[in-house]
Amino acid sequence: MGKPSTLDVDITLSRSDFELVVQHAFDLEGVTALFGPSGSGKTSLLRVIAGLETSATGRVQFRQEIWQDEVSHAVVPSHARAVGYVFQDGRLFPHLSVSGNLAYALKRSHQSARSQSPVTWNGVVSALDLDPLLSRKPGTLSGGERQRVALGRAVMRAPRLLLLDEPLSALDLRRKQEILPYLERLTDAFSIPALYVTHAIDEVARIANRIVVLQDGRIAAHGAVGEVFDRLDLGPVTEAFDAGSILEATVASHDPEYHLTELEFRGQCISIPQSNLPVGTQVRLRVRARDVSLALQRPQDLTVRNIIAGHLVDISIDPNSALAETLIDVGGVHLRARITRRSASELGLSPGRAVFALIKSVSLDGTGPVSR
Amino acid sequence: MDLSPLWLTLGLAGVTSVVLLIVGTPLAWWLAHTRSRFKAMVEAVTALPLVLPPTVLGFYLLLLLSPTSTIGSFWLSITGTTLTFSFTGLVIASMLYSLPFMVQPLQGAFEAVGREPLEAAAMSGASPWDAFFTVASPMALRGYVSAIVLTFAHTVGEFGIVLMVGGNIPGQTRVVSIAIYEHVETLDYASAHLWSAGMLVFSFVVLLMVYVLNGRFPVGVR
Repeated sequence: MGKPSTLDVDITLSRSDFELVVQHAFDLEGVTALFGPSGSGKTSLLRVIAGLETSATGRVQFRQEIWQDEVSHAVVPSHARAVGYVFQDGRLFPHLSVSGNLAYALKRSHQSARSQSPVTWNGVVSALDLDPLLSRKPGTLSGGERQRVALGRAVMRAPRLLLLDEPLSALDLRRKQEILPYLERLTDAFSIPALYVTHAIDEVARIANRIVVLQDGRIAAHGAVGEVFDRLDLGPVTEAFDAGSILEATVASHDPEYHLTELEFRGQCISIPQSNLPVGTQVRLRVRARDVSLALQRPQDLTVRNIIAGHLVDISIDPNSALAETLIDVGGVHLRARITRRSASELGLSPGRAVFALIKSVSLDGTGPVSR
Repeated sequence: MDLSPLWLTLGLAGVTSVVLLIVGTPLAWWLAHTRSRFKAMVEAVTALPLVLPPTVLGFYLLLLLSPTSTIGSFWLSITGTTLTFSFTGLVIASMLYSLPFMVQPLQGAFEAVGREPLEAAAMSGASPWDAFFTVASPMALRGYVSAIVLTFAHTVGEFGIVLMVGGNIPGQTRVVSIAIYEHVETLDYASAHLWSAGMLVFSFVVLLMVYVLNGRFPVGVR
């Protein structure tokens, strides 16, 4: 406990129908996703860390600062914890303009925090393109604009920790795509560690380095995003979130004639619809387990373009289900495939078998390395 | 024409509104946010003046404030004046009588604001006091306007409790409603007409203002 670069949480929150018991040292670097089905306690945990759940017992320590300690009865009130919080519904102040909302947080930030932080009014306004919105009232903003302003207000305080509670969940897919780049830019530009509550796997794949999976008020798994996605034993937890793998690849070439982009992945090739990323860019790919089929020989005469050679390292068979989860090693990286139990037995699949993975669909989830 | 009942009435209503705003705001805030099991009881006590005959309230106040009671004698010993049949006594009586008109609109407005904006304020670094003045109060502005206007108007319109506690002393406790009663008793219908018409117009204008403001205020509480 008490390492300088962690947020140590050892808390219990009891409700009549729910109990949250979390003991974990969160790494304070980059973005950590808090992941789990609704009702698993993600938001409650975030609120405990922020000091908004006053009935929580236990201990919360941020770096060397004790925010809550049952033993010494020390509690730092929520407004004095240097966090920036983005609520699911934005919660902008309706009586203030956008610039009033931003200034509200700026005025109340501590001078000491401000001097050590790269956060400036202009920096935040330009990183989030808020300039055209400054004079508007929150009531006139679209959902996406509102969340951008909410992000800006949270960062304006020059927080030492960002707490994001499903900031994109109220938005439709297009708005989400609009905001995600801002979010990425924000966590990069101001280097504020963030806890990001979500139940959307594409958001995790895109912006998180680490993931903590919550289920029924307990931590079910934690680790680097890639590692946790590879684990087959989390079946019931990951089921709800579309199990799959996160892969790292490099843009190798573009094929303008067929509008394809060829990616290099562990010495093999994956093609995706043409993107405008320059050659050499590192990208993150997400492949859903149900979009991967397996073959023992390299198939010929097939419309599926992406065929990757590897070997089976793990197979998890649930006798009560038609499906089997498998893990394929490709040059040290793991790819998940969901096949039927019957195929597994007819093909005689067992760990060590050389297989070809047929990938029906790949989504490009962002650029930059995957933390493993 | 003696205008002292008018000035006395406006003074009483003004002082009552200001003092009740200061006392009523924390009470309304507590009622809006508490989960205490005493909440229902406090709400019921606050609403009592709405249903009690003013004479009942006036009777108990008369006993409570009289120079022979603990409070009344204490007041007499430090100020040399009695609470009953005085302006101060009228203010105390009016505050009790108009309490629900201050507390209920404020409580409703605070409940409509809810906890969410206060949490957002805390997460922006605002202390609870700061959040009250810079977020909750501006968002509850419409409730404040209603509460103050209704309290003022209701105090202007009171009669029974004033008669019980304050009597009918010209320049000290003879407010407009008492003056009208006096004029009717002495068969001075011309003066009664004048004051009554004035009260009618005043009350109508006040209520009209409340309803117009309610429909038009820029800060909506959603």
